[in-house]
Amino acid sequence: MTSLAEGKRPPAGPPAVVVDGVSKRFTLRHARSIKDITVRLARRQALSESFDALHDVSLTVTRGETVALMGLNGSGKSTLLKLISGVMSPDVGSVRVRGRVAGLLDVGAGLHPELTGRENVFLNGAILGMGEAEIKRKFDTIVEFSGVERFLDTEVKFYSSGMFMRLAFSIAAHTEPDIFLIDEVLAVGDPPFREKCIRRIRELRDEGRTMLIVAHDIPMLVQLCHRGVMLRHGHKVYDGDVADAGSLWQADKKAERGAR
Amino acid sequence: MRDARNEPPRDVRGGPSRDRLNEPPRDGPSEPLRDGPSEPPRDVPDVREPVAADDAELRSPAGDGGLMEVVHHRYLLKLLLRRELKARYKGSLLGLGWSYVRPAVNFAVFYFVVGVFMGMDKVIKDFPIYLFSGLVLVTLFTETLQAATRSVLHNAPLVRKVYLPRELFPSASLLVSLVHFVPALAILVVGALGYGWRPTPLGLAGAVVGLLIVILLALGLGLLCAAATVFFHDVEQVVDIVMITVSWTVPMVYPWIHVRDHAPHWVLQVWQLNPLVSAVELFHRAFWAPLSDGRVPEPPALTARTASALGCALMFFFIGEAVFARLQKRFAQEM
Repeated sequence: MTSLAEGKRPPAGPPAVVVDGVSKRFTLRHARSIKDITVRLARRQALSESFDALHDVSLTVTRGETVALMGLNGSGKSTLLKLISGVMSPDVGSVRVRGRVAGLLDVGAGLHPELTGRENVFLNGAILGMGEAEIKRKFDTIVEFSGVERFLDTEVKFYSSGMFMRLAFSIAAHTEPDIFLIDEVLAVGDPPFREKCIRRIRELRDEGRTMLIVAHDIPMLVQLCHRGVMLRHGHKVYDGDVADAGSLWQADKKAERGAR
Repeated sequence: MRDARNEPPRDVRGGPSRDRLNEPPRDGPSEPLRDGPSEPPRDVPDVREPVAADDAELRSPAGDGGLMEVVHHRYLLKLLLRRELKARYKGSLLGLGWSYVRPAVNFAVFYFVVGVFMGMDKVIKDFPIYLFSGLVLVTLFTETLQAATRSVLHNAPLVRKVYLPRELFPSASLLVSLVHFVPALAILVVGALGYGWRPTPLGLAGAVVGLLIVILLALGLGLLCAAATVFFHDVEQVVDIVMITVSWTVPMVYPWIHVRDHAPHWVLQVWQLNPLVSAVELFHRAFWAPLSDGRVPEPPALTARTASALGCALMFFFIGEAVFARLQKRFAQEM
């Protein structure tokens, strides 16, 4: 990978994402049916427990900035992205965004197995917020990027998992939202396709799109991002230089491994 | 730990497993990641203060809910409708033809059992038209409500991952039922014409109102039940069971005078409160009454009943929409 020093200067501009004092608590229900509830009550076990996925997190992302979210599993990264995408609402605090948000949150959620690749490009494109004209304009680019031309009129249930993910990523990567959320999807496909994905993300970044990326590939994040934010058990513990955030992550990782 | 709970089980086809995605990066030498001395990171609060609370372009990433958002997503609604229709009849020889078979079988059973064997044919003139004009409405109502109730839960992967106006799913269910309703209505009209029916302006206007009552009621209840199903899956079962009774609680296979003659007066009063009863009577007035010989008179105060039925349907519609808009904020974390 090339050095990206020229792309690392964080841009100055209006805020694109403002997360203000956000907390999110989840309730884990252990029993749903009357039978389970009775059994648990008889054994004096708790019916549910709650835990804080995010605790008083504030974060402002400037337009055009690429921010890496780091943290071990369960630190609240994905929850934060879901709040920014609007899938969930915060319990406390507010999340505000400027422009259209689209996410690569689990690519493929919008693909329907019974529809063909072609139909899925339109459906998934619309799900990610594109209009009909926009999809038509980008159709060829999307198909070419995914490399599934030959199977475009085959139902995606017959696709190999690699083809499936490539098509899904390709649609998402061409939605051109103002704010792009990327969650753990860079492990998609074979190494050449992965390289292609990273190139595309770099392209989007250089176009000045705002991006929030979650991944466990710290060296890649350090290359791609302007800034790193480190989460630990739902608290924001660091916000600043991406390489420092990366070192923090590695320290956490080591501590976790040591604890085992 | 959290991830494991919050992520849905992967599809069979779902590509790389979660485990691989969550795998730590290969253990490289733990060298400094970039040139230059990397000073120990400090625990600092966000230096960039949240700015410009009054910035008008900053908005909440989630919409406020409500059916108006569906109007803004017309194109997506169209694609969802197409997906529903395609996926439902996928791989079947008859395709969309199946949507004719179901009401046809329903009709045949009611016609032979109630009409011929039980002699309703002799009580109600042109019974097939009487029956079918009720059946098309009942089918529209039950299909919409059942499909809408499931719609959100069955789109769980989408609801959990992408922000969309969630009202889209029940709305798409309604459209699917309407797609099935239109040919059924055409068959009703052709059949009625064959029996010598001629439309009257008042009758047709009434039919439009009757249709409106059914649509508003089905969508309102559908939104309500779809939201409730996310929290209590039991609702799906309850709706399925209640739908069995609909054919029998509206005057579809019997005339209203039977309720008047065979049940206490208060039962008739309560029975007439059901907006679906008025809707079906409106369809009878439009498609069957011109053929009638007067043995089954028009129910009393149909106009007043229509007004109250429409009011009731509107009420359910607004309640359903409001409750759905409120609860949809919690859908993603409850599924």
